Amino acid sequence: MEGLLFVAAALAIAIVLGIVYVVLSESTKFFSHVSVVEFLTSTTWTPLFDNPQYGIAPLLSGTFMATLVALAVAVPLGLLVAIYLSEFAGSRTRETIKPTLELLAAVPTVVYGYFALLFVTPLLQQWLRPFGIELPSFNLLGAGLVMGLMIIPYIASLSEDAMRAVPRSMREGSFAMGATRLETAFRVVVPAAVSGVVGAVILGMSRAIGETMIVVVAGGQMPQMVTSPTQQGATVTAFMAQVALGDLPYGTLEYNSIFAAGLALLVLTLMFNFIAFWLQRRFREAY
Amino acid sequence: MTAIDVDRVRDITAHPPGLGARRFKDRSFIIWGILATIIGLGTLIALVAELMHDAHVWPFAAWGESVISPRFFFSFPSSEASEAGILSAWVGSILVIVTTALIAIPIGMLAGVYLEEYAPKNAVTSAIEIAVNNLAGVPSILFGLMALGIFVQVLGNPARYPDFLPEGFRNGAADLFGQSIFTAGITLSLLILPVIIVATREAVRGVPQEIRHAALAVGATKWQTTQHHVMPYALPGVVTGVIIGISRALGETAPLIMIGGLTFVAFLPVTRPGDATFETIGVLDEYGAPVTPDATERVTITHDGVVVLPDFTEQQVHAGEVLDLPHGSTVQSTATWGDALASWAPTHWLGQEFTVMPIQMFNWTSRPQAEFLELAAAAGLVLLAITLLLNGTAIWLRYRLRKSIKW
Repeated sequence: MEGLLFVAAALAIAIVLGIVYVVLSESTKFFSHVSVVEFLTSTTWTPLFDNPQYGIAPLLSGTFMATLVALAVAVPLGLLVAIYLSEFAGSRTRETIKPTLELLAAVPTVVYGYFALLFVTPLLQQWLRPFGIELPSFNLLGAGLVMGLMIIPYIASLSEDAMRAVPRSMREGSFAMGATRLETAFRVVVPAAVSGVVGAVILGMSRAIGETMIVVVAGGQMPQMVTSPTQQGATVTAFMAQVALGDLPYGTLEYNSIFAAGLALLVLTLMFNFIAFWLQRRFREAY
Repeated sequence: MTAIDVDRVRDITAHPPGLGARRFKDRSFIIWGILATIIGLGTLIALVAELMHDAHVWPFAAWGESVISPRFFFSFPSSEASEAGILSAWVGSILVIVTTALIAIPIGMLAGVYLEEYAPKNAVTSAIEIAVNNLAGVPSILFGLMALGIFVQVLGNPARYPDFLPEGFRNGAADLFGQSIFTAGITLSLLILPVIIVATREAVRGVPQEIRHAALAVGATKWQTTQHHVMPYALPGVVTGVIIGISRALGETAPLIMIGGLTFVAFLPVTRPGDATFETIGVLDEYGAPVTPDATERVTITHDGVVVLPDFTEQQVHAGEVLDLPHGSTVQSTATWGDALASWAPTHWLGQEFTVMPIQMFNWTSRPQAEFLELAAAAGLVLLAITLLLNGTAIWLRYRLRKSIKW
């Protein structure tokens, strides 16, 4: 029995290795045709053209722009919610709001895509028009914004857990010195919980980077160097999904290009996971 | 030693300068906190309202005008928006989810139990733990990429199996893999495995040591203890995790797009072309037109019914006829649901191509015509209702659990 249990658990390692193996082996085929230098430095990504160019930069710029917008929404809102729930709200309020908010993370992302395309974007178009900004119907602003709403619960919930783990005695010390709850929250609790909070933000970020359907539906599918969130642009994930939707014959360079894009995505998410891990180790306060 | 002006100290501690402003800031922060919470909850409400509005659901339209009708649930997708429905999508979703659950639940539970009860403290165990934690952070589309590379391209192709395997086995296995329900089920089960493992571990960890000691003391083996004494108490926690995992799998789109989930499926996977009740022959593109219009397929008709050719002409057919039909023809059987159920066999449906609810919704969302967007909203509403229901159940279960069990 124990052997069976072990096999089930060891499967997790097999899956990780499987993902890394597939992505690496198919990317190797890609990089035997396209130089790594071109992949990293070229600023055009047109694998489906007659004269294909394979620079990952436009896709990365799309991914980063959408992620940036998402974080700009989710970090302030998520932290406000977390501080409110952990330092101000009563336990009953917290027990009601937290799970309800977590429903936001349960909504299927394709539904969020629909919401971004047909609700948020038209609304933004209306709001931005007086400022002379014509928002295209596919844009990274709307997609990123909705992505931000999606990751609020990740950031709020995990930060709140980290803040509540800060011992009561530290708060009481601060109160005894005459600090208000707000001052205690910002000068004692948040600094003490910073490793957990940063971990939560990075987790949310890595979710945003890997998110596919919202950007496929609402972000546009034209890879270009994105400099403003009001532009449309393809993300790494959007490109992969777009290619997979067509019928690409196995073994072609276009087919392998989605694995190269996947490799970029894998490296990016693993890197952020690692940074989060390192930050948490480095800045962990032990009580 | 200088004397302390006691009165002055008392005065400052009782009325520190700027206290009023600091108190005001403190109070007004509550408003900001509540505001942020409202934005989050407001999103949910706006989301539901937008979908209901677009799908013409009451109270946004007159009662009975809703896109969501019995016909919507029992029609195949169609190039005519007024005739389109989600039959193949929800059937596909159920079959994929059943497959996912049958794979993920036992493996996830066993793995969780192993890590919590059996695992020695060594390098292998910590490697497993690192793998589980990292898997939870890998974007879902990469699971799809792996499935595309292994299950579709290698295991789905008999020519890429090792030569020493018998041909019958190679063909059988390749039939099962490929762009099939089975592949989709495996892919999603790998995706939700970390969720179930983590939930199982937490639930098992919550069972107090005394229970294990009591069982072991009366001579139970380790596995008997786990099976009969630990798991029953851990089960509600495990179920909560399973529900959350299943709800996640139900809404996943990207990995299934990677493995080639079809966006237009006008047949049910429970039957195979030629022995079916409802089916289309050949593959249709996203607009319902045949991909290879000139090709024909030889079909044995097993039930009396009607053949609709790609140019929409109809033709009566009878059981036992053998016909060469152009790709894109639909065989609409006049057979009953009973006949359809009679053809149910897992070996058939597991290897079939499929679509699921989120892919169907995505397909409709990516079309420009307003009528299709209405269908997308309706599909989204159904999907959202199911996921919120599942998550609500999980939350309720967790709440009950915390209230009822006090060790």
